[in-house]
Amino acid sequence: MKHIISLLMENEAGALSRVAGLFSARGYNIESLTVAITEDPTLSRMTLVTTGSEDVIEQIIKQLNKLIDVVKVLDLNDGKHIERELMLVKVKASGVFKDEMKRMCDIFRGRIIDVADNSYTIELTGSCSKLDAFIEAIDKTAILETVRTGASGIGRGDRILKV
Amino acid sequence: MDSKANLPAETSTKSISGAEIVIRCLNEEKVKFVFGYPGGAVLHIYDAIYKQNGFKHILVRHEQAAVHAADAFSRATGEVGVALVTSGPGATNAITGIATAYMDSIPLVVISGQVPVPAIGMDAFQEVDMVGITRPCVKHNFLVKDVKDIASTMKKAFYIARTGRPGPVVVDIPKDITAHLTDFAYPKTVEMRSYSPVVKGHSGQIKKAVKMLLEAKRPMIYTGGGLVLGDGAEELIKLARALNYPVTNTLMGLGGFPATDKQFVGMLGMHGTYEANMAMQNCDVLLAVGARFDDRVIGNPAHFGGVKRTIIHIDVDPSSISKRVKVDVPIVGHVQSVLAEMNEILAQEKPQTNISDWWKQIGEWRLVHGGRYEQSSTIIKPQYVIEKLWEVTKGDAYVTSDVGQHQMWAAQYYKFDKPRRWINSGGLGTMGVGLPYAMGCQFADKNAQVACVTGEGSIQMNIQELSTCAQYHLPIKVILLNNRYLGMVRQWQEFFYEDRYSESYMDSLPDFVKLAESYGHIGMQITQPSDVEGALIEAFAKKDKFVFMDFITEQKENVFPMVENGKGLSEMELPKAKGAKQ
Repeated sequence: MKHIISLLMENEAGALSRVAGLFSARGYNIESLTVAITEDPTLSRMTLVTTGSEDVIEQIIKQLNKLIDVVKVLDLNDGKHIERELMLVKVKASGVFKDEMKRMCDIFRGRIIDVADNSYTIELTGSCSKLDAFIEAIDKTAILETVRTGASGIGRGDRILKV
Repeated sequence: MDSKANLPAETSTKSISGAEIVIRCLNEEKVKFVFGYPGGAVLHIYDAIYKQNGFKHILVRHEQAAVHAADAFSRATGEVGVALVTSGPGATNAITGIATAYMDSIPLVVISGQVPVPAIGMDAFQEVDMVGITRPCVKHNFLVKDVKDIASTMKKAFYIARTGRPGPVVVDIPKDITAHLTDFAYPKTVEMRSYSPVVKGHSGQIKKAVKMLLEAKRPMIYTGGGLVLGDGAEELIKLARALNYPVTNTLMGLGGFPATDKQFVGMLGMHGTYEANMAMQNCDVLLAVGARFDDRVIGNPAHFGGVKRTIIHIDVDPSSISKRVKVDVPIVGHVQSVLAEMNEILAQEKPQTNISDWWKQIGEWRLVHGGRYEQSSTIIKPQYVIEKLWEVTKGDAYVTSDVGQHQMWAAQYYKFDKPRRWINSGGLGTMGVGLPYAMGCQFADKNAQVACVTGEGSIQMNIQELSTCAQYHLPIKVILLNNRYLGMVRQWQEFFYEDRYSESYMDSLPDFVKLAESYGHIGMQITQPSDVEGALIEAFAKKDKFVFMDFITEQKENVFPMVENGKGLSEMELPKAKGAKQ
């Protein structure tokens, strides 16, 4: 099953490679991984999307906690949470595609952030599955390029991950 | 091993070099020995060593041996072992030693030199990304890029190495940093928000565990290296005696419970005793202490899990619990503290356990004598050598081993009554550790009897250390069980590859007697069973001499019992009964 794991770690050189190395060394899956500094410059926050049986997820959480640079780990799937991912898609925007792409972009509440003679670049945020759905919905032959950030996640309401 | 160790550190706070700070940190940590090898990137540190007398530096002949020796020093004493190596090849040579210590959770601080900060990433001479290359085999590592950070980093390194589940920590220090000057102040305490190892176990879980133990009909106590490292042996003995329950040790856990005690059923696992493996498989309540149910211990986890039993698991590392086997009562905590709490409860309860039927069953299993061997009057049996070694040393030696058949026979036939006496590479299975391990033990206890049980394959992997042993006059006794085969490889080839002995024969062996003599040691070759005991007595009587004993043994002796890879723990292969499964 898919799990979104949030972690706070020391903002130090090599901390990211310790997490990435743990996943490759122990054969765990990484679907996506995002990391950036928090409001506290000594801390980075990472969101990891992984899949595995409950036993595997339990081991992943334990192994992450064991890393010296990791301050806190939270499996967002243990409670209500929100996930958001950003995707930029460059699509053909000439001939039949021109109106079609504008319409699809509106339906998915995206924004066109760059317009060129023959292409649009569309910005789309949402859950991973919404971004998947957009890719499914538009004509594949129209896609020139896509780039996704991977998911960021946060707990709902009072669920707070903080030191 | 002279008396320079333990002199008080100077207390001045004037600006000193990074190299001197490294030395002062080691003095603050009361380090007695640093095992190392000099080189370009650590020249400033070696210059500072030349001017100090707080610890003794031991010059090895290969960096791998430096780390192994520091590792054994730690295993024997419980203190943090320290090794010092240069950058590049010095650092990579240390890797096997570091990985070996990591697998067995041995607290080490390994200091490696690094090229100067401006040269990092430039493919400089003798540059290697030590932090990157050691990441998967250390508890933690540091690259120090400012002389002001050396003291706090060293403090953290020792703290991380020795607390929680211990392990090796690498401190990589660029050469320019060791030349820079700053004030020295060693931190008194360490505060790390990201690292706070648990000590005390959960009281509710502990109470529950005791209740389950008291209700057991077929109980079993299974302890591993964690019990030895956590200095929990005394509490465990108290617990086991109060309950009168059977105890087994893993390979790493030998000595955690006295092997000559009647409650001891021997080592378990791939080459464990028949009774230990059968009791482990058939028990109804299992108390696991500082052990991790690894593949060499329980065999096939599905087969092991196929029997219903309640498992209580005490371990300082939460990630060791429910990793390979689902546990019913997990207790995360320091083994000594948790066992002491269990003993307190037991002292109040005054338990009246009666498991005579279970002991009767175990007694029947004992009669199988799964590890029996046939004595010979013409050729030396390796097991016999170990039996005699145990007798001659009165069971009180530090015994180090390399990896292979000789390791298993040493584990099976030397009855360890004390913890920290059996020193071997259980997790990584590193051939070549035996001799440097013996060095570490001899430095730990200069008057102790130290025996290195080895094979002719393993000993040649760090044979250069005969020179170190000569330099420091280490009176180690090497017990070479020379069967002219890579014995364990050959055994597997006999069992699973229809006797195709692919590359497992040791050809062109040196004359070990002459080799030992060339370093100024005593060499002995023993070929007759009748000479074994006398030779051992003679060797151990030479209290100040290194003696290399080359025992020419039976070539194709096999280690029994054996649980084949993928088989269940109770599906043992027994001697002279190949194919007749239990």
